[in-house]
Amino acid sequence: MVALVGIQFMPTDRNQSDFIPKTDFMVVNEVPKNIENIIKTSCYDCHSNNTDYPWYNKVQPVAWYLEDHVEHGKEELNFNEWDSYSSRRKNSKLKSIISQIEDDEMPLASYTLIHRDARLSDTEKKIVLDWVSKLKDSL
Amino acid sequence: MKKVRISIGILAIAVIAVSATSCKDTKKEGNSTDGVQSEHMDDNGHMGDGMDDHSDLDHDNMQSSESMMSTNEHSMMSSKIVGDYLELKNALVADDKEAAAKAGGTMVASLNDFDTSSFPSGHQEELKDIIEDAKEHAEHIEKSPIDHQREHFDVLSKDVIDLIAITGTEQTLYQDFCPMYNNNKGAQWLSATEEIKNPYYGSKMMSCGSVQKQIN
Repeated sequence: MVALVGIQFMPTDRNQSDFIPKTDFMVVNEVPKNIENIIKTSCYDCHSNNTDYPWYNKVQPVAWYLEDHVEHGKEELNFNEWDSYSSRRKNSKLKSIISQIEDDEMPLASYTLIHRDARLSDTEKKIVLDWVSKLKDSL
Repeated sequence: MKKVRISIGILAIAVIAVSATSCKDTKKEGNSTDGVQSEHMDDNGHMGDGMDDHSDLDHDNMQSSESMMSTNEHSMMSSKIVGDYLELKNALVADDKEAAAKAGGTMVASLNDFDTSSFPSGHQEELKDIIEDAKEHAEHIEKSPIDHQREHFDVLSKDVIDLIAITGTEQTLYQDFCPMYNNNKGAQWLSATEEIKNPYYGSKMMSCGSVQKQIN
C-alpha cells in the first residue's frame, strides 16, 4: 500500500509537443480531411510526438505502462517524422500499416478498450486501407 | 518538494494542452515531396564476369583492378547476409517459426556488421536504406508469428535482391516468384536451388511459383 502511494510521486516522461514538424505525414501528403481525422484519432497517440493523455495516466503504474507503450510505438512508426524515412522505408511502413489494420492488430485492443473513439468501423477501415494502398502504389 | 514538482508538471501540462488545442486548427498543407523511388539495378548477372582474365590489366590499369578487387570483397561482405537469408527462407519453407525467428536474429547481427563505407559514395546512401529497412524486417521476424514472419520476409526479399544487385554475389542464386501471395500481387524470393520450394505457403503450396531469373 505504501509502495503504491509512493510510486505516485515518481515522474514519467510525457510525450507531448504542439510543434508539427515539416516531416509530418499530414504535411507532406495530401490527406483528405476524413482520413486525417481517423489517423489522428486512432494512431497519433502512440505514433507521434504528441499523446492526448487520458486521466488515468496520472496514476502509477499506468503512466509507466503507457510511457513504455508510446516509446515503442514511436520507434516502430512516428508519423511526425514520416518524411525523414527513405522511400524504401515509407513503402515498408505503409505495407505494415495496411496489414496491421487489415488483421485488426492496430489500433491495439488494450487501447481501444478505453479510447472508444479510436476504434475503426468496417467502413472506416476500408476507406483508410483504400487510401493508404493508393499512397503506397504512388510511391 | 515532490509535490511542488508535480503541481508544476500539471501546470505545464495544462499550458501545453491549451496551446495544443489552440493550434489544432492551424492546418498545414504541402505538396508531396516524396522522391520517386529510384530504379534499382536489377541485372547483376554479369558482375562476376570479366574478373577471370585481369592479368593483362595489372600494370596499365591499376585503378580498374583495384575496383575489381573491391567488387570481390563487396560480394564477400554480403555473403553472410545472403547465407542468413537463405536459412530463414528454408525455415519458412519448412513452416518452422522457431527456426525462422532464430535466423532472423542472426540476420540482424549480420546486417549490423555490414559496413557501407568501402562502397562508392553513390551507392552508400541506398545501401544504408536497404540495411536499415532489412534490419527492421529481420527484427520483426525474430519475434512474430509465422504469418507476420512471411509478410516481413516478402519485403526483406526485395531488400536482399536490391542489396546483391549492388554488392554482387559469388553464389548461384535463383530469383523466384510466387504469383499468389499478397492478395495475388505476388512476391519474390531468393533460393540457392533451382527447384521451387515456396517460403510463403510452405507445405500448403510447396511447388507454387516459378524461377524469374538465375543470378550467376
